[in-house]
Amino acid sequence: VKGTNTALRASARKLLVILEVVVSFECEGRSETPRSSVVNGKQQIPVLQTNNGPSLTGLTTIAAHLVKQANKEYLLGSTAEEKAIVQQWLEYRVTRVDGHSSKDDIRALLKDLNSYLEDKVYLTGYNFTLADILLYYGLHRFIVDLTVQEKEKYLNVSRWFCHIQHYPGIRQHLSSVVFIKNRLYTNSH
Amino acid sequence: MRLFVSEGAPGSLPVLAAARRAQGRAELLISTVGPEECVVPFLTQPKVPVLQLDNGNYLFSTSAICRYFFLLSGWEQDDLTNQWLEWEATELQPALSAALYYLVVQGKKGEDVLGPVRRALTHIDHSLSRRSCPFLAGETESLADIVLWGALYPLLQDPAYLPEELGALHSWFQTVSSQEPCQRAAETVLKQQGVLALRPYLQKQPQPSSLQGRAVSNEPEEEELATLSEEEIAMAVTAWEKGLGNLPPLRPPQNPVLPVAGERNVLITSALPYVNNVPHLGNIIGCVLSADVFARYSRLRQWNTLYLCGTDEYGTATETKAMEEGLTPQEICDKYHAIHADIYRWFNISFDIFGRTTTPQQTKITQDIFQRLFSRGFVLQDTVEQLRCEQCARFLADRFVEGVCPFCGYEEARGDQCDKCGKLINATELKKPQCKVCRSCPVVKSSQHLFLDLPKLEKRLEEWLENTLPGSDWTPNARFIIRSWLRDGLKPRCITRDLKWGTPVPLEGFEDKVFYVWFDATIGYLSITANYTDQWERWWKNPEQVSLYQFMAKDNVPFHGLVFPCSALGAEDNYTLVSHLIATEYLNYEDGKFSKSRGVGVFGDMAQDTGIPADIWRFYLLYIRPEGQDSAFSWTDMLLKNNSELLNNLGNFINRAGMFVSKFFGGYVPEMVLTSDDQRLLAHVTLELQHYHQLLEKVRIRDALRSILTISRHGNQYIQVNEPWKRIKGSEADRQRAGTVTGLAVNIAALLSVMLQPYMPTVSATIQAQLQLPPPACGILLTNFLCTLPAGHLIGTVSPLFQKLENDQIESLRQRFGGGQLEESLELKAKVSSKPAVGETVTATGPQQIQVLMDEVTKQGNIVRELKAQKADKNQVAAEVAKLLDLKKQLALAEGKPLETPKGSGSDFGSVAATGSSST
Repeated sequence: VKGTNTALRASARKLLVILEVVVSFECEGRSETPRSSVVNGKQQIPVLQTNNGPSLTGLTTIAAHLVKQANKEYLLGSTAEEKAIVQQWLEYRVTRVDGHSSKDDIRALLKDLNSYLEDKVYLTGYNFTLADILLYYGLHRFIVDLTVQEKEKYLNVSRWFCHIQHYPGIRQHLSSVVFIKNRLYTNSH
Repeated sequence: MRLFVSEGAPGSLPVLAAARRAQGRAELLISTVGPEECVVPFLTQPKVPVLQLDNGNYLFSTSAICRYFFLLSGWEQDDLTNQWLEWEATELQPALSAALYYLVVQGKKGEDVLGPVRRALTHIDHSLSRRSCPFLAGETESLADIVLWGALYPLLQDPAYLPEELGALHSWFQTVSSQEPCQRAAETVLKQQGVLALRPYLQKQPQPSSLQGRAVSNEPEEEELATLSEEEIAMAVTAWEKGLGNLPPLRPPQNPVLPVAGERNVLITSALPYVNNVPHLGNIIGCVLSADVFARYSRLRQWNTLYLCGTDEYGTATETKAMEEGLTPQEICDKYHAIHADIYRWFNISFDIFGRTTTPQQTKITQDIFQRLFSRGFVLQDTVEQLRCEQCARFLADRFVEGVCPFCGYEEARGDQCDKCGKLINATELKKPQCKVCRSCPVVKSSQHLFLDLPKLEKRLEEWLENTLPGSDWTPNARFIIRSWLRDGLKPRCITRDLKWGTPVPLEGFEDKVFYVWFDATIGYLSITANYTDQWERWWKNPEQVSLYQFMAKDNVPFHGLVFPCSALGAEDNYTLVSHLIATEYLNYEDGKFSKSRGVGVFGDMAQDTGIPADIWRFYLLYIRPEGQDSAFSWTDMLLKNNSELLNNLGNFINRAGMFVSKFFGGYVPEMVLTSDDQRLLAHVTLELQHYHQLLEKVRIRDALRSILTISRHGNQYIQVNEPWKRIKGSEADRQRAGTVTGLAVNIAALLSVMLQPYMPTVSATIQAQLQLPPPACGILLTNFLCTLPAGHLIGTVSPLFQKLENDQIESLRQRFGGGQLEESLELKAKVSSKPAVGETVTATGPQQIQVLMDEVTKQGNIVRELKAQKADKNQVAAEVAKLLDLKKQLALAEGKPLETPKGSGSDFGSVAATGSSST
């Protein structure tokens, strides 16, 4: 298993560092071997070698670890409910978003997500969390390929995605996806 | 918060085990839903378990639910646990779901099952031994242990799949399994049936995606059929080749049907419908139709079968109804008995007897049982405080009193039970009691009554249950109800009433009293049989030779499982007692309950006016039979099931098979030369047929219907893959192949016609007439698939079996049966608006208040719909809509939901049950 070896001190780090680690892994994995994400039907799994203690394996595990190291624990949710919801969507990211990539799967996924986000600003409701960050990264490659019409169809996803990509420091070097403000298709349902 | 689980869903294991952690921290309601039910409004695919949080959001990930329970107990998240849970979701689950699919759905064994998970098991074992900790994340059992244990338990509880060399995994698994919360979760979910308890659930799930990936590279057909052993195939082929020669002679019809020593004698009863009302669909599926399927199946097995039912005619409700309609009780009974009989005839219910309880035999047998109980000291006498209406000059039976429920405050509680909260009420406890006849306030007076001394009979009952229950097919709800009654301890039960319309009490001082239905309704089965044959005792005093199956909705379980057995045991006359008590849950109607008074729902006499044939009704009701959990009748779903399952699947297959014989082979079944593929199909159909038998023997009526549809799906696939319509134009070999495929397909159609007989008798007969199936093959169903239409057999004229249901047709039916009459809604409106206190009642938001609100919302919704339909004044409509929105808001608040519930349909969905029968 190939991954990113990053030695991190236990001292506080900026959110940016976390994002760079995560994004660089994700992009690196893809740019080196465009289809490597599906070698033997398996996603490449990142490993983090820490200075003290054993290494950590798994994207969401590492991300949660780094968030704590950076004293940004609020990104994991503040109440028990929120913490569970964050973890649920992190799991969703690595199982559903990374797991499948057929057109139909993605369409079904966007449909569900669109319905879920109907009354929410962020995945937990009102607070920005790690779940938003990782789901944004995970979905980016699908969202860039959507037609204008599809973006209107998944209106709530678009609104959320657009919001997250403009969140300070999140987008990194990913391309900015354009969402048109005026509706082009009135009957897109 | 509310946890939704499904029977046999593996995710329930860790969730239930973890729920113990949250005990005392939050109130947890557990609801069981069907595996195909979409609980989470934003997910397209059904998903269980699901936890609905108090803030309205949902946790649909099993691990997240467990994590939440642990977080509530004060546990803190850590890296190691996160890592295990991520690994569980990304690595273990795909491997495990493949293994379970092979094991449970495809019936594979050994390395086929273990193969996919071996790597994951080894990983756990190595991690445990490397860290030399007893648990996954340290010295104590924690979240990771519960989640992984729950995932692995279904597989590893069978020692065959827990490799011995993995010692660390072995001891970890034993340790976690022995924890009490885990043990309990395992019992609840697997019900001591092992991994097979998951079968009904897993079967309905899509094939695991981890497996689909493979199916693309390999031949999917081959994958599936590989589960059959060579032996199974050989046996299926042998049975097939013997054909009609395998069939025993048909049992000649008997009249009367009497038990025969040395044979299987099956006595089937369906709860006696109460005579004062027209039965609705819930009543019909709850007892008579369910029992009919089993009776027909039993006859197909050539078991000696007697199926009886009748109307329950005595009691207060009849008197009330008589008063309402200005008839005598006898006239009411005559009128409604005929209505019932007509409805059941239309539904094609195959009673051997459909009798009634108002007969001299009823009096004779009831009084005899009473005398025996009385002389043996099982009857007590006591004074009862009772409500008496001075104006009507009589004691008021429970149903003649209405008032405010002392438990939930519902305003129209009956004297014996509250329809809202379901609690049993003593009429004297009602607040603000009213005489139902004259509306004056009754007073409390005392009256002498007789009681059945149940505490004295309790021990005998328990002994009998201990001998009866193990290995029997009592449904879980029936067992549960009886167990809870026994746990609470039995109390003496009053068996007399101050009424005229009933069986007279043969005791001095009780001349103006009759027996209460508690006591004598279940004796109706005996008297109805006695009116059928004077040798009735050969059925009813013959427990050694007779298997008694009793069908009912769950509200009738206490009478059949407890009161009657106690009477019969106390009477000491060797009565035949129930061997298998089959109780259904409740059937709801669209967005609420069936209600005659509001004109909501479909009632037996209206079903025939819909233009939809009885067999389609039978099919759909049986397809949604509330087996194991409540279910709901939905017009849209009925349309879907008719068009997809009957028209496109079953009807399409049978019709195509027949048409090929007619069109390509002049109506003669062609010569069949079976290839190894065909032989596998034979074995496959045989396997599904055997599964059908296993299910029906256990009276799992709804599940067995799925087997029929599965076979027909196999058949469609078989035709599709082999394309006989192309091959018939090809070479000699191709033509022969087309013949074999057609011949095998039409024989599968013949088999289906027999399997379908209990469910859709008319359609079954139509298919058999079209195929000219020889008579013995029509009336007997063996456990093997036989060639009943040999080469050269001439079939009849084939025509389509089912009709498409159209959207507008269904929509107009929904409108017709959906709402109430205008007058009634206005009356309801008055009630709603005269109740400004609704807001107050919500402040303590118990489930009952929520229920009250839900009902208000439903009622108000009906009013609005009604007004709109009447094209009423705009302002009036707007005012009613405002009220509706306000009620919805209150409901949302009471339920702790965000005000704007997406798509809102959830809050409109009432869940008040429509009772499935009523011999009470």
